[in-house]
Amino acid sequence: MTAEPLPTRPSETTLLRAAFANRSFLIGFLITAAIAAMAVLSFFWTPYDVTNLVVADRMKGLSAQHPFGTDHFGRDILSMIMVGSRNSIAVAVVAVGIGMGIGVPLGCWAAARGGIVDEALMRLNDVVFAFPALLSAVMITAIFGPGAVNAIIAIGIFNIPVFARVARAGALAIWPREYILAARAAGKSGTLITVEHILPNIASILLVQGTIQFALGILAEAGLSYLGLGAQPPMPSWGRMLFEAQTRMMVAPHLAIFPGLAIVVTVLGLNLLGDGLRDVLDPKLRRER
Amino acid sequence: MTAFLAKRLGFGFLTLVVASVVVFAVMEILPGDPARVMLGMNATPEALETLRNQMGLNEPVLLRYLNWAGGLLTGDFGRSYTYSSPVVDLIGERVIVSLPLAIISLVLSTAIAIPVGIYAAARRGRAGDTVSMGAAQLGVAVPNFWFALLLIYVFAVWLRLVPAGGFPGWSGGIWPGLKSLILPAIALALPQAAILARVTRSAMLEVLGEDYIRTARAKGMPRRYVLWRHALRNAMIPVLTILGLQFAFLLAGTIIIENVFYLPGLGRLVFQAITQRDLIVVEGVVMLLVASVVVVNILVDICYALVDPRLRVRG
Repeated sequence: MTAEPLPTRPSETTLLRAAFANRSFLIGFLITAAIAAMAVLSFFWTPYDVTNLVVADRMKGLSAQHPFGTDHFGRDILSMIMVGSRNSIAVAVVAVGIGMGIGVPLGCWAAARGGIVDEALMRLNDVVFAFPALLSAVMITAIFGPGAVNAIIAIGIFNIPVFARVARAGALAIWPREYILAARAAGKSGTLITVEHILPNIASILLVQGTIQFALGILAEAGLSYLGLGAQPPMPSWGRMLFEAQTRMMVAPHLAIFPGLAIVVTVLGLNLLGDGLRDVLDPKLRRER
Repeated sequence: MTAFLAKRLGFGFLTLVVASVVVFAVMEILPGDPARVMLGMNATPEALETLRNQMGLNEPVLLRYLNWAGGLLTGDFGRSYTYSSPVVDLIGERVIVSLPLAIISLVLSTAIAIPVGIYAAARRGRAGDTVSMGAAQLGVAVPNFWFALLLIYVFAVWLRLVPAGGFPGWSGGIWPGLKSLILPAIALALPQAAILARVTRSAMLEVLGEDYIRTARAKGMPRRYVLWRHALRNAMIPVLTILGLQFAFLLAGTIIIENVFYLPGLGRLVFQAITQRDLIVVEGVVMLLVASVVVVNILVDICYALVDPRLRVRG
């Protein structure tokens, strides 16, 4: 890649103003903030206690008392969705953390060393990409036992090669720059250059990728929970609510509608946020959109 | 081109070897003795030992790996512990459900996504673009198994047009079998189509900004011709890449969708085998899926070369 003249880096306030002028970012940010607020709120207050089974109220439709109705145990669906959001967010956040924490150093290392290290790491990446991620996640959770922690590990492992690839591509574009040459001439080590110069410059693409993987993580967690391999009862989770809704859908379709909508809204918000971030942080891509 | 192909095939084979080591190693470190799974908890130690010897479980690890991997190469995937029939037969019975399902949904998603992507790119910034890309944005966010539940509710429960699940087999003719694959295929195709439409649109927009497009338009070629003939071909590379990647997603996606619709396909086979600790079946199916991903990726690379003659020379 040829070195091109760097645009001057915009100040934080300019970036922030540009971000909120971007429609995708604004909507995505509002949705994501609302979901996060709902998860936090659920620790202090929910309309009903989700561990409280009221059999007399089972599978009630929508009403003023239960805006989203109740499930087959008479639990309030709205409350369950609120508590379930914690699980989705926690699994996705930690899975992205695992992917970034291991993938980014690996990618930076590959870019810094080049040669055989780079080749070996990237081929290893290809091997992991050849495994259908969801299938392998099902294998891991089924083998090591279902549960939120194993779901996190299973989803996290498949985030590693994604971040390794993105970090490497970003770092490779920065390495030929003149200021890196200057840093090397000044005697800085590869590690120091990576920490001081490479990472700050690839932070924005990592942030964008992080939002995308966050959204994918929410979908993957929902899928695993649907198969009964994610969070275990009595902890409510969106995927599990959908599984339990399936056999009762003929009598009570609302059981399937609201947990699904919760997933859609959350993933939509994160994707819009990611798109907006990319527009704002990478002006080069913006003209193509 | 030959050198390029040889290199790709070599890497593909290497990927399979590494993958087989990984799969074998994972199954090896698992708790649980296959012989005990077959005989149950009350088996005598002697019976257990005899069976272990019969199954070759007492041989050294390396020898067992070589036996298994060698078997894979010759088409012998071993015998299932729970079904006590050859794994190859089990796979054969299930492939005739999963493969048509994957192909129908791939065709469906491509047939929807590429025209939508081209349309959106051609009407960039106008209402048609905003609406179709808004729909695509929504489609990406919809979990396919939830979409499947909604489809079941509308088309099977409410309108009673198609069965809600199960598979009658192909013996009663094509139509009954196809009918029970329609909803699963649509459910699998929707999120894929949404992603593909977005990729097609941005690839088209990139190409439409090129000088040769302006030249073609300036010399009086019809807009539609330029769009489909000049632009699409040049936009195909990123579209093909995503199509290749999506095939892997489709294969894995069947594991949930087949469970939603109670379809006796590969995804359900592997899911049941995992829960029953029928490891030899899991190993076989996973290797088959990995191999098909590798083959599809090689095919995608060959398609690159067909679409872009420059890549043929470079190799």
